[in-house]
Amino acid sequence: MARPRFLVLQLFLRSSRVQKKRAVLTIAAIAWGTLALLLLLAFGEGLGLSLGKAWAGMGTDIAVIWPGETTVPWKGLPAGRAIRPRINDIRAIKERVPGLVGVSGEIIRWGTNFTHGENTVNAPVKGVGTIWGQLRNQIPASGGRFLNPLDDAQRRRVVFLGTDLATDLFGDEDPIGGSVLIDAVPYTVIGVLIEKMMFGNYSGMDANHAIIPIRTLYAQYGSDRLSVLVLKPENRAGMKRALAGVAQVLSAKYGFDPEDERVLGTWDTVETGKIRDNFMLGIQLFLSIIGVLTLTVGGIGVANIMYAVVKERTREIGVKMALGARSHWVTGPIVLEGLTYTLLGGLTGMVVATVLVFLLGLIPTGDSMALKALGKPTLSPAIAATAAGVLGIIGLLAGYFPARRAASVDPAETLRYE
Amino acid sequence: MTTNDSIIAMEQIRKVYDTGKVQVEALRGIDLEISKGEFVAIVGPSGSGKSTLMNLIGCLDTPTSGVYRLTGQLVAGMKKDELATVRNRRVGFIFQNFNLLPQISAYENVEMPLLFGGVPRRERRRRVEALMERVGLADRMEHKPTELSGGQMQRVAVARALAMDPDILLADEPTGNLDTSSGGDIMELFQDLWEQGGTMLVITHDPALARRARRQVEIQDGLITRDTGSPGADSTPLR
Repeated sequence: MARPRFLVLQLFLRSSRVQKKRAVLTIAAIAWGTLALLLLLAFGEGLGLSLGKAWAGMGTDIAVIWPGETTVPWKGLPAGRAIRPRINDIRAIKERVPGLVGVSGEIIRWGTNFTHGENTVNAPVKGVGTIWGQLRNQIPASGGRFLNPLDDAQRRRVVFLGTDLATDLFGDEDPIGGSVLIDAVPYTVIGVLIEKMMFGNYSGMDANHAIIPIRTLYAQYGSDRLSVLVLKPENRAGMKRALAGVAQVLSAKYGFDPEDERVLGTWDTVETGKIRDNFMLGIQLFLSIIGVLTLTVGGIGVANIMYAVVKERTREIGVKMALGARSHWVTGPIVLEGLTYTLLGGLTGMVVATVLVFLLGLIPTGDSMALKALGKPTLSPAIAATAAGVLGIIGLLAGYFPARRAASVDPAETLRYE
Repeated sequence: MTTNDSIIAMEQIRKVYDTGKVQVEALRGIDLEISKGEFVAIVGPSGSGKSTLMNLIGCLDTPTSGVYRLTGQLVAGMKKDELATVRNRRVGFIFQNFNLLPQISAYENVEMPLLFGGVPRRERRRRVEALMERVGLADRMEHKPTELSGGQMQRVAVARALAMDPDILLADEPTGNLDTSSGGDIMELFQDLWEQGGTMLVITHDPALARRARRQVEIQDGLITRDTGSPGADSTPLR
């Protein structure tokens, strides 16, 4: 005889009706655990995204090089010489170092006077190559643009303003196309940086700087010694080779040991990025563990209830066994019941978490840097999959162990008349 | 020695309960053969081993030693699920306290063994309705057991025991929880079932019920002390 389809399901539907209050409490415990897990993970995700964005504010996978002094003698030259590359060295690097997205020099002049109308502000000005905008994620707000090669080639007096500097100079006025005196020389504003978060910086926040073509800066101030070099390899793995290449090119021209680490101080963001990624992974793991533990407590609640159910239904189980139920027809409905509590609770938790995350996203961050850095809690498919997986496992375990006890029921013992 | 129409054949059956500190020998070597169509009453004082014997016959438990054949099939060495199938197909249980599942209807209670037996839905409905008719409860099918009287509950239990058309009905003190009139009804029902060719084994303290059986087996201290059906004994009913 063929077994009726879904026998376990039929038996589950026919098993003693659940006690409502107990079921609701159990489901609530699981919902609470799921909510905790999801919110913690969502905060972690939001924090990760916002930190990632903030780190990307300075540019992704770039290296910043500060020229320094030699510490070892080299080919008859003494130690302690300052090495100061010039604007033209950038072209040599571009020609001789393969695998670069780009490399740009950067000359920083601190304490420059910016004047617009009645407003005078003291801020740094940077002369940079055109590619610098791409390397350093300089995205212009709508209506403006960053420097282009013609600006540099023709030494145009054009300026790209940081967000805060633009506000300080222009107030509510639209800065684009406006005029600014930089150390008494008139410049035209071609773009303003969009508002952005920046966790890493090596010479102050981009929001407070003004950017002009490097050759224009040279023309105005007469200095072509680079303060900093910024470069980006085509891929992360190429960073070490790119940095070694730069050291080779400059060493050939300026005479220093390319192995001398003090000559070219380097900030390799690929390296620091790894540390940052591990740190974020650590935070996510920490939050997950707390969440999973909370959920486990809920799971123990379900298991507890199911143990009670098995105890209460011992006679029922014995009767079913006497009538010819195989052990998995006894255990199946119990596992299913545990799983049902868990999944119902999980579903409730997920719905509440989704609503809460949506509502939290509506809270304005205002000007608070801390709130901005914390980011908006975000639920991702990965988080949903994690929660569903954890719930499934907890649900199965919470049903499995009580079911094992049910299967060990001795029908002869149970049915012995009172 | 087993005959062809033997339902139960037990040889030197022993059952020892090991409680750790003490070993209790509940059955000390039972030889029992029950043939098709017999109506057997097992009598004896409390603690004599009657229920242990019934559990072994019904495959709810396995003997410590000895050979047990149920309809010619050796029970020893069967796996748990095989024993479940034997209980489902070969044996119908009737208990003193009915052991109906309280949350489901009389209909669903009777249907339960059919569900385990893999009987298709339509056939299940046909059989349950016929059985409820047979025990005189066709109009009580949707009632929960708590809505039935003791006698009615026991009749539902009888219908349930008959559902899979078993080779033998095992009844453990079936009238023990019933008043005289309901007990009488159940005894009548058993009589009818036996007359229609059923094989019945009843454990009872009730002399009236025991007298209806054509054969009486008395157990004391785990041994059969009297068997009216044993060769040479008078097996005419004591009516």
